Parts: sequence; structure tokens; C-alpha cells
Amino acid sequence: MKSERFSTLSYLFMTLSLIAVMLLCICVGSVSIPLGDTVTALWNSLWGLAVPEGISRAIILQVRLPRVLCTALCGASLSLCGAAMQGLLRNPLADGSTLGVASGASLGAVLALAFGISIPGFAHGGVMGMAMLFAFLSLMLILALAYALDRNLATSSIILIGVIFTMFVSSLINLIIAFAGNKVKSITFWTMGSLSGSTMGYAGLMALTLLVCGGVIVLHARELNAFAVGEDNARHIGVDVRRVKLIILISVSALIGVCVSIGGTIAFVGLVVPHMTRMLTGPNHRRLLPASLFFGAIFLMLADLVGRTILNPIELPIGVVTSLVGAVLFVIIFYRTRKGR
Amino acid sequence: MLKASHLTVRYGRRTVVDDLSFSLEEGQWLMLCGPNGAGKSSLVSALSRLVPCTGTVTLDGRDVRALKPGALAQRMGVLSQHNHVGYDYTVEEIVRLGRYAHRRGFLSSQDADGEKQVERALALTGMTELRHQSVLTLSGGERQRAFLAQVFAQDPQLLILDEPANHLDLIYQKHVFSLIAEWLKTPGRAVLSVVHDLSLARMYGTHALLLHEGRCAAQGALADVLTPDKLQSVYGMDVHGWMRSLLTQWE
Repeated sequence: MKSERFSTLSYLFMTLSLIAVMLLCICVGSVSIPLGDTVTALWNSLWGLAVPEGISRAIILQVRLPRVLCTALCGASLSLCGAAMQGLLRNPLADGSTLGVASGASLGAVLALAFGISIPGFAHGGVMGMAMLFAFLSLMLILALAYALDRNLATSSIILIGVIFTMFVSSLINLIIAFAGNKVKSITFWTMGSLSGSTMGYAGLMALTLLVCGGVIVLHARELNAFAVGEDNARHIGVDVRRVKLIILISVSALIGVCVSIGGTIAFVGLVVPHMTRMLTGPNHRRLLPASLFFGAIFLMLADLVGRTILNPIELPIGVVTSLVGAVLFVIIFYRTRKGR
Repeated sequence: MLKASHLTVRYGRRTVVDDLSFSLEEGQWLMLCGPNGAGKSSLVSALSRLVPCTGTVTLDGRDVRALKPGALAQRMGVLSQHNHVGYDYTVEEIVRLGRYAHRRGFLSSQDADGEKQVERALALTGMTELRHQSVLTLSGGERQRAFLAQVFAQDPQLLILDEPANHLDLIYQKHVFSLIAEWLKTPGRAVLSVVHDLSLARMYGTHALLLHEGRCAAQGALADVLTPDKLQSVYGMDVHGWMRSLLTQWE
């Protein structure tokens, strides 16, 4: 029994693993920092104490910590969204980007990069703002189309519209790239995903979004179980199917919008991590959702670490690492699951 | 208890249930019969609000469309014909979902009566020993019983069953129908079920509704509806003669 083996002790183990990976990611990079220095700098700044001379304060607190926090929060959000969407749509191939909101956010960001849209005094503000605006507009458009097609917001309609919308937006992005001239490099790099420009402000925004939207998703674990068993069955047992679907879709979209606006397109995390987690926790969303948060954070932090260090001093885009590792992992998981049945 | 008036279901321009009216009282087991495409499953879907319909459906005098999903689920339990599960939930997890409408608060994990109802439902359907088994590893009949246990755990007043004997071998057909008959003995309950096997309908039903091309061909007490001439006109064959010839194979 997978689910029975997964107890409170497992959460403690996951928390410790999360902290350990966080410390590892802060210590390792183009400049190696001793673990003792990292712990001292973090501990002292947490309690408002002065950081001793000789410790690379700026690298730890202004470069690595914001990046590691943003990466962890982004991984947790993408993974949670993937688990929620796989349950809601009862489709193991779904993730946060299935709805098409991630593509919408990408279009906003690419427009900002191509036309140099910016917010004075706020680095990356134009890209972030446009990505969030387009994520919201995409959600409204997709839900309106799905509603016009089928007032019950049928799962098949949502998936179909999401796929078509994503394809349409991809063509628009390619069209913009074709005319982007000297901005092609920055657009291409952004679409591959990168968390190199992370700040504590971004981490705060991601933490707040995850707290609110992620909280809403976790509180709907029981309803997601009902959806994962079957939408008609969910209706029969008394789930307000349309209301719950709207709540989950809006929460997922907000989380994806913020993640894409900060980290670009990071593929496979939302698809692979929930599958890996489900192998340990079983399909029950009351265990799957919290565990996905932990595993998503750990997975993306390690992927970012590999991207930063494997070809040092060249940095690989995080999206490239997650796609390479994720695709292989997905095939292994899929093979093992099929074989196990 | 349940009253449907001028119920009509359309899929595009095609009318599959046409101006149907009937009622179901406490203690009755209404058998919905008719050939393929008569509109039986569409009628069940309309009653359980899975497909849109015109006309009215009331449960204890209240319009079911005005009831919140949870309030409806506390009164009406539905067993579907097909139960394809997406992930490997255990039997117990499936059965516990039946208590969803009875939970008290948003955060509470169980309702007061829940544990007892779940255990009872598992025991009644003979699924206690399989409670920790994944539903994906069950046979069709076992899966049908797991979902029947979910409906029992839901503890409704009205059971709506779409082909409950689907996937069941003879032992479990007998077992499941006997269980439902036993469940019906508690006052204040009623059952409506779609059945293809007219022998089962005759054995367990109290009333019948015979459908033909979406319309009511006959309704009332079982003995008045499932008569040789009415069945002949609906099925286009000598049903009575066919049933008898099948029986003679055993003599």
C-alpha cells in the first residue's frame, strides 16, 4: 500500500531534503562557498545580525538565495498545477500549460521583449507585467470559448481549446521572432526558461501567489479526487462540478502566469513530477498535492544547479535541462507504470 | 417521491426523450425497459442532471434543478453503466467518496455517521476484503460492486441505477439485485433502474415504464406493463414466446 507507507515522517524527510538541496544550490556554482559560511550568512541575516568579514555576503544573499527561492517556488507551483490539472481533467498528459495560459503569458512576454516594453525603475517589469496581463486575457478568452461551446465546461472542450490556442499562439510567437531582428537572441533565451534575473521581490510575489492559489488548490483535494475518478461520478456524489472547475482553472492560471512571467517557459516539471510523486503517495490528492510541492521544488532546484554548473562558465537554460531530464524520466515512469499493471 | 413532468431531452435536433411524465413513490422499484435507443440512459442522465432537459423533475416536491449538488446527492444516488477510473484508487477510497455530500465543514475529513456507513457499504457488497485493492486491478463485476458500495455509503433515499447487472456474472447479478431489494425494505426509499433483462425486471420490480423511441409506450404496475402484446409492439418481436423458448432449454 503506497498511500499507507506515506506518513507524517515522510513530510519531515521531505522538508529536510528541501533544506539540504537549498543549501547545496546556494553553496555550489561558478564560485564555491563553504557550507559554514552559507549557514552563518543566512542565520545572521535572518535575525538581523551582521555577517562576519570574509563571507561572500553579496553572492549568498543577493544572487544565489533569491534565485534558489524563486526556483524552488516555481518548481513547487508548476508541479502543484500539473498534479491538479492531471486530476481535474483525468488526463495523465495534462499539466499547467494544457489550458493554454502559459502560451498566452509567453506571447505577452515575447511582445514586451520584441517591442522593448518596460516599466521605469523595475527591471524585467515590462516582461513580467505583459506576461501576467496576457495570462489573464488568455484565461478569459479560453473560458469564454469553452463556455460558448459547452455550458458545462466539458473536459474535452477545455483540452481541445487549450491545444488549439497553444498552437495559434506559437505561430504568433514565431511570427514575432521572424521580425524581431536583433532581439531574437533575448527572446529565444527567454522562451527556453531562465531564472537568472531572480530577485527577493519576485520570490515574495511567487510565495504570495503560491500561498493563496496553491492553498485554494490544496483545499480542493477531495474534489480533485472525485474528478480523478470521473467527472460524472463527481457530479453524482454532490460535487459542484462547474464551480470547482472554475476555481481550479483560475488558481492554476494565476500560478502559471506568475511562473512564466518570472522564469519563462519551463517544460516537463508539471508533467513529470506529479507522476513521480504519485508512485510514492498513490493517487489521493490529499497526499499527492503537498508532496508534489516538495518534489517540484527539489526537482527544479537540482535542474537549475545542473544548468548552472555542468558547462561552467556557460549557463544552460533551465527549460532545456528540465526537458532533457523530464522526457527521459517520463518514458521510464510510463514504462514502469504500464508494466506494473 | 420522484415526479417527472413533460420531460424532453434533445441532442441537437434529435429528440431522444419526448414529453415523458411519470412518478415514483416510496417502496417502489420502477424498471425502465425498452429496446436499444429507446432513451432509457438519456432519461437517467436527465434525472441526474448530466444532460440538459426541458420539463420538470421534483424530488419530495422540490425541483431538482433548484437543489444544490450536495443536497441532491444526499437524496439521490446514481450508479452509472460504465465506471472507468483514471488512477489507481483503492476500493475504500472510492467508497469514502460517497460520503462527500455529508461532510460537515470545508476542512473536516469525515462526517459523524461516515465511518459506519462506509463499513456497512463495504460489508453489504462483499468488498471488505478487497478494500485496499486498486480499482484498476478489479474485474468488471468487482468494480461495479465497488461503485454500488459508494452509492450505498452515500445513503440516499432514491437509487437510480443504469444497468446494475452490467459486467456481473449470474452469482453477482443475484447478489446485487437481492441487496438492492433488501435496501428497499427500509421505509422512505425507492429505486429506479434501467434493465435489459426482462426476467430480472419481472422478478424484482414493482412497477415498470416501457419506452419506445423516446416516448412512453406503457407505465404502471409491472404485471400491467410487461404484457406479451405491449412487449411485442415495442420490441417488434414475440418477446413472451422467446422467453418461454429460452426457458424450455432447461427442461
